[in-house]
Amino acid sequence: MTAIQTRPPATARPEIHPPSLLRASSTIVWRNLVHIRRMPEMLLDVTVQSVMFVLLFAYVFGGAIAVAGTSYKEFLLPGIMVQTMVFSSAVVAMGLTNDLQKGIVDRFRSLPVPRSSVLVGRSISSLIHSSIGVAVMAITGLLIGWRVRNGVVDGVLAFLLLLLFGFAMIWLGIWVGSLMRTVEAVQGFMFTVMFPLTFVANTFAPPESMPQWLRTVAEWNPVSALTQACRELWGNGLPAAADAAFPLQHPVAFSVGWSVLLTAVFAPLAVAAFRRRSRD
Amino acid sequence: MSTHPAVEAIDLAKHFGDNRAVDGVSFVVPTGSVLGLLGPNGAGKTTLVRMLTTLSVPTSGTGRVAGFDVREQPDAVRRSIGLTGQAATVDEILTGRENLRLIGSLYGLSRGYVRRASDDLLERFDLARAADRPAKSYSGGMRRRLDLAVSLLAAPPILFLDEPTTGLDPQSRSGLWDVLRELVQEGTTLVLTTQYLEEADHLADEIVVVDRGRVIAAGTPTQLKDRAGQASVVVTLTHAADLDAAAALMRDHSPAVHVETGSRRLTAQAGGLGDMTRIAAVFEHSGIELDDLGLARPSLDDVFLHLTGHRAESDTDTAATNTPEGAAS
Repeated sequence: MTAIQTRPPATARPEIHPPSLLRASSTIVWRNLVHIRRMPEMLLDVTVQSVMFVLLFAYVFGGAIAVAGTSYKEFLLPGIMVQTMVFSSAVVAMGLTNDLQKGIVDRFRSLPVPRSSVLVGRSISSLIHSSIGVAVMAITGLLIGWRVRNGVVDGVLAFLLLLLFGFAMIWLGIWVGSLMRTVEAVQGFMFTVMFPLTFVANTFAPPESMPQWLRTVAEWNPVSALTQACRELWGNGLPAAADAAFPLQHPVAFSVGWSVLLTAVFAPLAVAAFRRRSRD
Repeated sequence: MSTHPAVEAIDLAKHFGDNRAVDGVSFVVPTGSVLGLLGPNGAGKTTLVRMLTTLSVPTSGTGRVAGFDVREQPDAVRRSIGLTGQAATVDEILTGRENLRLIGSLYGLSRGYVRRASDDLLERFDLARAADRPAKSYSGGMRRRLDLAVSLLAAPPILFLDEPTTGLDPQSRSGLWDVLRELVQEGTTLVLTTQYLEEADHLADEIVVVDRGRVIAAGTPTQLKDRAGQASVVVTLTHAADLDAAAALMRDHSPAVHVETGSRRLTAQAGGLGDMTRIAAVFEHSGIELDDLGLARPSLDDVFLHLTGHRAESDTDTAATNTPEGAAS
């Protein structure tokens, strides 16, 4: 180690300009994106894995599932994109728990940065993460015959609905990530919750064939309204059956409504849990 | 110069339900000095540091750092401190240099400053060659040094170190001690927690011994040692044949003399340095040949045992955890 003189004396402190929320958050986004660049395997869940899902469903189950008014591939793609957005919550939860566990969050909190920048940065990078997945699936879909048939405005609106729902899911992820102590626990919990949530819906099969009680659950599942909205906006199938539950008759409005409601429920829980976790 | 002390804890307490992790701790750290918070695992040291660095909100009591209240002015406190936590909290995926850049940006430091300061710090902490490698590939000692470098980026006047050398091999540990001593010479105030009595003894001007959330003793290392018992003069003879004569000589100056025949060693209770020089003078004139003569004080280990009734368990831990994994966990 070199001599003492290399360091500026304590009187020559640099000027500290506590960063704005925007600047602090984008620094944290930068850091999270460097992680993805260094470890592209972090994206496996939304790339290779979801392409595999698309292909498995399209070619293994697809032939056995009849859908009205369109091919199964067209029916499947919106559902699987919604599933990816739902899994944003697992992505954000695992990332947050990891940072909490390793003391990185404490390190950030010992700096003069806005406290929420850790959460905002984490949320934005998770949304980017999931959006990469949606893009990969859109390309896969285009290759196997899925199309956006209703014009640019409706097409873009569907993607915006996906992002909005992803935003709601991120709060769920922050809540779970703040409550759980290890990444393994988060993973176990999230997969236990996410699979029924995304399967008991109209994502992979029409709910009409389900037992009545399950069909009701499936049709009121927020995931179903969003999937139906995407299908209608992209022209991937018929409107919901005449006897389908109310949300499926108004899927776009309900997609927005569910996203707002879920955010209103989970955001306060998430912020409180994160605060509690990071007060002690 | 500022008139307030660098760090002040006034009756600080933190309770987790029934668990009184910290139960009314007070101390003052004058600017430019080193305070060692010494105590076994679970004594409340980390919780104390977390309260003083605004990471944890005290249940009661007051903490002031650089004159700012940790509860009322957390941002002002954060601008004045550096923190090196118990686990080296570097980002493993980022390189050493990127870790510095990340923290520099979060401090809102100018890019030019961060670049210059990073080069200096990486050089100083012997990390220049590893600067562009992900921190994942660093050894435990390197991670600690990077963690410390990151904490020093904004040249904070007050530095908190939570068990800075836990899990390090002896060489890395003494390397880190050298760095810390340099910082103190430059005027940085240090608050460090440790389970290593030796570490507190080496670095601290003032030691606060904590056990079960309470202060059980405080003072300079020497004062603490004095409390554990008296010093003694230890004389080792060259020839065993002189033992009786030497014992007789020493009894003239000290009531209790203990003779160990095998090692040719005599131990006499002493009040301090004065007694030692007197006994040395006596032997000088006696013609008895000596191998060694010295003053032995009780070690801080003895102090700890004396104060807490149990031994510090630190040293067995080191042996088990001086791998990089141990340091990172």
